[in-house]
Amino acid sequence: MNCRAEVLEVSVEGRQVEEAMLAVLHTVLLHRSTGKFHYKKEGTYSIGTVGTQDVDCDFIDFAYVRVSSEELDRALRKAVGEFKDALRGSGSDGMGQISLEFYQKKKSRWPFSDECIPWELWTIKVNVVNLANEQERQICREKVGEKLCEKIINIVEVMNRHEYLPKMPTQSEVDNVFDTSLKDVQPYLYKISYQITDSLGTSVTTTMRRLIKDTLAL
Amino acid sequence: MDTDLSSQDRKDLDKFIKFFALKTVQVIVQARLGEKICTRSSSSPTGSDWFNLAIKDIPEVTHEAKKALAGQLPAVGRSMCVEISLKTSEGDSMELEIWCLEMNEKCDKEIKVSYTVYNRLSLLLKSLLAITRVTPAYRLSRKQGHEYVILYRIYFGEVQLSGLGEGFQTVRVGTVGTPVGTITLSCAYRINLAFMSTRQFERTPPIMGIIIDHFVDRPYPSSSPMHPCNYRAGEDNGAVYPSVEDSQEVCTTSFSTSPPSQCVFTVTKAHFQTPPPVVTDTLKVPVMGLAFSHQPAALGVGSADMGYPVLFAGGLHAAHPHQLIGPGKEGGVPPIPSQPAHGTQADQERMCTPLDGVHYSAATPSSSEDTETVSNSSEGKCGSPHDLLETIFVRKVGAFVNKPINQVTMANLDIPFAMFAPKNVELEDNDPMVNPPDSPETESPLQGSLHSEGSSGSSTGNTHDDFVMIDFKPAFSKDDILPMDLGTFYREFQNPPQLSSLSIDIGAQSMAEDLDSLPEKLAVHEKNVKEFDAFVETLQ
Repeated sequence: MNCRAEVLEVSVEGRQVEEAMLAVLHTVLLHRSTGKFHYKKEGTYSIGTVGTQDVDCDFIDFAYVRVSSEELDRALRKAVGEFKDALRGSGSDGMGQISLEFYQKKKSRWPFSDECIPWELWTIKVNVVNLANEQERQICREKVGEKLCEKIINIVEVMNRHEYLPKMPTQSEVDNVFDTSLKDVQPYLYKISYQITDSLGTSVTTTMRRLIKDTLAL
Repeated sequence: MDTDLSSQDRKDLDKFIKFFALKTVQVIVQARLGEKICTRSSSSPTGSDWFNLAIKDIPEVTHEAKKALAGQLPAVGRSMCVEISLKTSEGDSMELEIWCLEMNEKCDKEIKVSYTVYNRLSLLLKSLLAITRVTPAYRLSRKQGHEYVILYRIYFGEVQLSGLGEGFQTVRVGTVGTPVGTITLSCAYRINLAFMSTRQFERTPPIMGIIIDHFVDRPYPSSSPMHPCNYRAGEDNGAVYPSVEDSQEVCTTSFSTSPPSQCVFTVTKAHFQTPPPVVTDTLKVPVMGLAFSHQPAALGVGSADMGYPVLFAGGLHAAHPHQLIGPGKEGGVPPIPSQPAHGTQADQERMCTPLDGVHYSAATPSSSEDTETVSNSSEGKCGSPHDLLETIFVRKVGAFVNKPINQVTMANLDIPFAMFAPKNVELEDNDPMVNPPDSPETESPLQGSLHSEGSSGSSTGNTHDDFVMIDFKPAFSKDDILPMDLGTFYREFQNPPQLSSLSIDIGAQSMAEDLDSLPEKLAVHEKNVKEFDAFVETLQ
């Protein structure tokens, strides 16, 4: 199948990067997470419950809903933190992008490793702006808040198209579709990577693999 | 055609739709409570969490939703709507959003009910969770408290969007196709919240609503009362509802759209009407800098809309910790009784049962308006009596003002910083009563005095009004005894002179000197006490 790709763009101030990224990533993952599966006999399964919680942003006039899972939140914060540091680092003119990719694993026969086949890719392009005074910052707070509202609506629109979703797996296949490492929720398998555009305009790829059970079966 | 759907599937589908509707209402109302919502994920399924989402059930809300649905399900032409509105502590209210759960005829026969439809409904609820935080009403609801509260109302039937004002926007949360139709969830929301304060300047009447009748008919399919998006967690009714300001001060607005010299207070109370449920726009929104308090004094009467008391406005946030709801846990929320709403005053104390059979019409205070226009161009309060008076004060500037020939400008006076000294010295010169026009009978000075530019007899500045003098001929006023007729007399004495004690004269005594001379004056008067007493006796 083809991988569905969506691109979102935001312009934010340096200190807003983290919250803006988390807002978008959490919103996507809210839609792409289910409760934990509990397989019963005869191939049936039951699904756990997903809780949600409101998060207020400190640097943006914005609030979003995320899945109530501390592990998931930690994983996202780690990824976004690294992205933010890379953006701030040398060689960067404040432009970069972070990607959230959902994929399925396809088991291959030995000696070949498993394939990762993406089925949905979310890319958030970030442009960091520098503001001169407090008044501009205040305006930026509100503007970015409004922009994020639009992004959330865009995300929901895409989710609503009910396009391809991996089939619900059997018990043996569940790890090929879902990330079962978390104890309270079960998102689809995903990985986060980012790229920073340096001032020369060339793309310096810094891929960071998310800490998932991506072991090579060799 | 339902024949393709097995009866079990059909039953399941109906159940899914019903619980989806109930959960939708819960999500929307909870998102407008003004608090952050937090529920826990649970890996082991409890079986009681519909759509695999931990959404708490507030009993009153469920009750209201079930009452509105009355055993029916959303179908074509029969939508379930949740109306979110804002109500200020003075009683003005405004619709903010309408969330609609609709069904259309487009069927998806192939879809699997128990699996795909269920999961898609779950996804739609997640989308709803996200979207409810994104509309403008969310931020307003987070700030609700003393000055305003957020109310909800559920109705079933045709969608009514007229109360949202012009230019409202719509956002679609999502759709789910089912074998019996496509479920659509969307929200129409008002966008011109930010202009509420300025709209008051543009519109004159009606600004405030007065309810004369408890049972005003509303053009809604079901007249359901409004409910607060607030609830207690077990405590008693210590309702700290923002009390209605009964101060009856009509014009506490501090805008000034015209020069202060022209004070036009027009306080008219028209007859009561039953206007369309239009929003009034003089709301006290704390996010704005302006404070308007609108006076709904008579509003107190039967705002039959507020079926449910608005409670806990103030300290609610502090009192409410986050709701960490595990599956199956009851929130411990006692039922909020409905009340025979007698307006905002009543909101403070009353409790009523939700099972009260009386149907209060869902009229908001705005639904019965009066044409009370308050255009107050002077700052500060004008304490005009708030009742059925028609009080029009129009103070014109010097109808008799002559263009000063020998105008003494401040610059000619030999005082330091002459330009900054108050200009009242020349006012007295121009005051027609101090320097009366030459002859009260001729009309030429009258005509010549029409223009008041710069030389205003009023002490508060100048106006640029041109007065057209009409020959004032009062009827039956000819008097042969006195040389002047009533009209002339009236014109001449229309603007009485300023009291000398009030005129600010540089040469006049200062306040301190006045006070100093008081004891002497008192002593003199005391000496003549007997005379005064005798005088008083003669009067009686």
